[in-house]
Amino acid sequence: MGASNAATVLSKRAAAAFVAPAFVLIAVFLIFPALWTLFLGVTDYALTGTQALHPQVVGAANYASALSDPRFLNSLWVTLLYVFGSAVVGQAVLGFILAWAFRAWRGPIRSAVEILVILAWIIPGSVVAFLWIAFLDTKEGTLNGLLGNAAIPWLFSWPLLSIIVVNIWRGTAFSMLLFGGALTTLPPSQLEAARLAGASGWQQIRDIVLPSLRGHIMTNLLLISLWTFNDFAPFLITAGGPNFATDTLPVYIFRNAFRNLQFGYGAAISTIMLLINLVIGLAYLRVLRARD
Amino acid sequence: MSRFAPMEDLDRKGRRTTRDLKPRYHVRMGALFAVVVLIAAACSTSSTSPSTSAAPGASATTGTSAAPGGSSRAGGAPIALKISANAVVGGKNDLTAEWITTYVIPTFQQMMAAQGENVTVTFAGSGAADEDYKTQLGLDFKTGGGADVIVGLDDIWVGEFAEANYIKPLNQVGGAAADSWDGWSQISQAAQDDMSYNGQRFGIASGLDGRVLYFNKDVLAAAGLPADWQPKSWADIITAAQQIKTKDPGVTPLQINAGTAMGEATTAQGFLPLLVGTGVNIYDQTTQKWQGNTPQIRDVLTFYQQIYGSSGLGDPQIQLAAKGRDQSFLEFSQKKIGILLEGDYLWRSVINPKGGIDPEADRDTNVGWALIPAKSPGSGIKGQNFVSISGGGGSVLNPNTKSPKEAWALLSFMASKDAVTASVSKQVRITMRTDVNAATLTQDPLLTFVSTKVFPITAVRPGLAVYDQVSQALQLASQEVVAGKSPADAATDYQNALTKLVGADHIASGG
Amino acid sequence: MRAADPAGALRGERSESALVMLRLVRRVGFYVFIVFVGAFFALPMVWLVLAPFDAHPTLNTALPDFTLGNFGDVLKDPYALTSLGDSILLAVGTMLLVVVLAAPAAYALSRVRLPGRDLLLYLLLLFSSIVTGTAAMVPLFLLIFDLGLTDTHLGVVLVLAGGLVPAGIFILKDFVDSIPTSYEESARLFGASSFQILRDIVLPYARPGLAVIAVWVMVNVWGNFLIPFILLRTPSSQPAAVVIYNFYTEGGQADLRLISTFGLLYSIPVVVMYLFVNRRYGFRFYGGLKG
Repeated sequence: MGASNAATVLSKRAAAAFVAPAFVLIAVFLIFPALWTLFLGVTDYALTGTQALHPQVVGAANYASALSDPRFLNSLWVTLLYVFGSAVVGQAVLGFILAWAFRAWRGPIRSAVEILVILAWIIPGSVVAFLWIAFLDTKEGTLNGLLGNAAIPWLFSWPLLSIIVVNIWRGTAFSMLLFGGALTTLPPSQLEAARLAGASGWQQIRDIVLPSLRGHIMTNLLLISLWTFNDFAPFLITAGGPNFATDTLPVYIFRNAFRNLQFGYGAAISTIMLLINLVIGLAYLRVLRARD
Repeated sequence: MSRFAPMEDLDRKGRRTTRDLKPRYHVRMGALFAVVVLIAAACSTSSTSPSTSAAPGASATTGTSAAPGGSSRAGGAPIALKISANAVVGGKNDLTAEWITTYVIPTFQQMMAAQGENVTVTFAGSGAADEDYKTQLGLDFKTGGGADVIVGLDDIWVGEFAEANYIKPLNQVGGAAADSWDGWSQISQAAQDDMSYNGQRFGIASGLDGRVLYFNKDVLAAAGLPADWQPKSWADIITAAQQIKTKDPGVTPLQINAGTAMGEATTAQGFLPLLVGTGVNIYDQTTQKWQGNTPQIRDVLTFYQQIYGSSGLGDPQIQLAAKGRDQSFLEFSQKKIGILLEGDYLWRSVINPKGGIDPEADRDTNVGWALIPAKSPGSGIKGQNFVSISGGGGSVLNPNTKSPKEAWALLSFMASKDAVTASVSKQVRITMRTDVNAATLTQDPLLTFVSTKVFPITAVRPGLAVYDQVSQALQLASQEVVAGKSPADAATDYQNALTKLVGADHIASGG
Repeated sequence: MRAADPAGALRGERSESALVMLRLVRRVGFYVFIVFVGAFFALPMVWLVLAPFDAHPTLNTALPDFTLGNFGDVLKDPYALTSLGDSILLAVGTMLLVVVLAAPAAYALSRVRLPGRDLLLYLLLLFSSIVTGTAAMVPLFLLIFDLGLTDTHLGVVLVLAGGLVPAGIFILKDFVDSIPTSYEESARLFGASSFQILRDIVLPYARPGLAVIAVWVMVNVWGNFLIPFILLRTPSSQPAAVVIYNFYTEGGQADLRLISTFGLLYSIPVVVMYLFVNRRYGFRFYGGLKG
């Protein structure tokens, strides 16, 4: 890709100038508040009550409290299942399939499906909750109606599966967009040549497309995993239940910290989540680099 | 001809074209950006929020009347006051918003003008969930901002806001006039205590509510129960529910809130009304102890088990669903629930045939109400046969206000007889003034009932900052029982959680 | 046309008619799949299409008691329409800021390779996950307060952009990485400045990536409740994601007539913005780069 010539193409000074505006914005509005928040994690700060007036540094007490809570481990496990099921398996795969199917297809059906996928992404989270509660209702839900008036209590017997499906519904659009954009950067000639040589669609994908798009795939997986990990939307549909079955970490933090405006404790748990996501990111890097 | 490599492009039909890229595209984008930013900057000049240059975290000195620039107020220098409320015209609490914008502000401004003072009042409405409104208030107080008169501060927030020094006692902000106000004689002691902390009044309540057992008369009639059904004990409730279940299996006999999904609605409309029926409130002011794993707590949990266990007298799914409370309202209005424990909010805003969200057309003829019985006659707090829980919100003054005298005048005006009467002109509700209630409630039988029969026997929630978290522990205990845990185990878990919150010294346990 | 080829049969090639059958099955299977996907996305939305026109919508999907009155009722809230305008302002403003900042930065970081660039960007990404959540609410508010930007759209745009730029760079870097440097080198020989190269060569080739982050930023900002809620106080400046909470009752129950109607109105402008960006700047062309 010409990396060896990269240095001659862009001088260090120009590069610095290009990065500077973004850097200033990030330094002021991202790094500074983030470090401040990390610091809050070692205090008992709350927005109301005596802790607002006289916050104390409590060291690792918040961390100890969270890590020794069995519900924390439950939340972690539920969140990992949620992320793996909906983001990795669901959104990325479905998004790629749709992007691949759409790449050379124009027409009303393609546009309609594309708009539907995008709409699912756009509709506000509070409204999405009503949509899916209506869809999955036990007695009068649309899904049960389509299944011949079955009375399957989706949100009670299969809550985690339900929110995984909702998240796939909601988030596929981003993967579809990203892979769609990535696919346009592929030279058609390579795929053409492979097709003429008799390669099937699947072989083209496996041998040409996926290797070329390695960077994009990595980016996509890291992003959607991180976003799904921090996704609070399931709370609106299942309120973390029934009985903690869908108590993901964002719901856990809300329940134990932010609902009571305990920002110190909440910051500590958020830091733990950040470290977990760091580990997940490194794991992805290890797995995908190993393919080299 | 561009010096750089020409771009290949596919037009809409897929044919290749060649196009030189001119900078016009980027110039256009840049111009658009500049225009957008300029418009954004122009449109978003700060509103009249009285944020001072106080350092974050420090509250400004209170009670001083020095306006910035040091202008004296005598002689009609304009004073600007702001009212904030979690209300918006056409949306949340729109009656309050309408009252403030169409009655309070014009009338007060005229009143002030007649006294020679030049006062303008603005209304900063917002429509947000209660917890979000609380967060907004907290942030504003913290930085010395916020409106001068704040409407809609929940009674259970008073403690934590006072402890954080966000609000100060009324007589400190408003001066002696706040103590000598004649309106206090029209406000019951319970309502005054509702907005008090550590014995000092921090605000004026805007009303109190009360809880009763609602029932659909036709459902009960089909089960052989009278239209004026009044249970005398918990056992009576269970018997009635069982009768409904036998006679009409399609109906859920009983709904008493449980679980964490309903939040405070579980504690206030479920756990606490039951608990005070066993003789104790959750917190004892004299001993300064919270109820832990006591027989009374276990009694309540056992009652929950009776309802939501195998007997099927209640629907456990509603307690565990995210929108369970909404669902219970819908089902009650569709007569799919027989008996429901709720506050007057249900009557006024939910099943109200005029404008309720789940209107019941025959509400006035077909929906009955009964007092909540104690566990057995005489076992309620203070030896009562019947119990209830009440709560409400109120209005406070901002200690950082630049015009405390005028702010108090505005606040007391909003609580005056005329203003409060105007506030209920569109929809009757129970206000904090006994004179207004006496005049306006006669039209509404349920509200009259609450005001005359429920208030004398009601109890309130403790105004301590930690109450919120204790409430969540109670919700969790009820949820565990609904999900199948034994009351004894749930009570043990509850005691453990409570110990972490208040410390073992402040827990009454036994039995 | 394939001639009969016994050796090919040994290699497992299929005969002509079997190929046609297979192709037909594949075609049918594809369409069945598309229909299933379309239904999967469309069916849950049925409620949103029916409820706004229903005089008494409930939590369940039902045939509507038809009325157009809900739209009038939503508009009784004086901020319903202004909030849509505010949402557009915030979405477009943040999108422009993010694109203008992220594109050059992605280019620079691509051409001047830092060791551990990806890890650094990922760390910034992790930080942004903190800053876009509730955990940073108080620090962000105090920061904006100290800068004197409370209750301004500019403050909201800056905070949102700060949280979105790292991911923007993260996404764009792959697009920029895949552009070969040969065009830039020849442009250098002609004496073009770095800025001209960025503007005339790199950005056009990175257009698909720019379109992706433009749409993504707009959708993200459109749905963002927290930052506008804590930073804005004037009701007429609040965007739709905040104003939708106006339509609940005092007890916290949703007024479904108003929520569903406003939810429908709320979704329309973003679809329009998406179509606009897609048609004008989107995935139109195949890069004739590496061919």
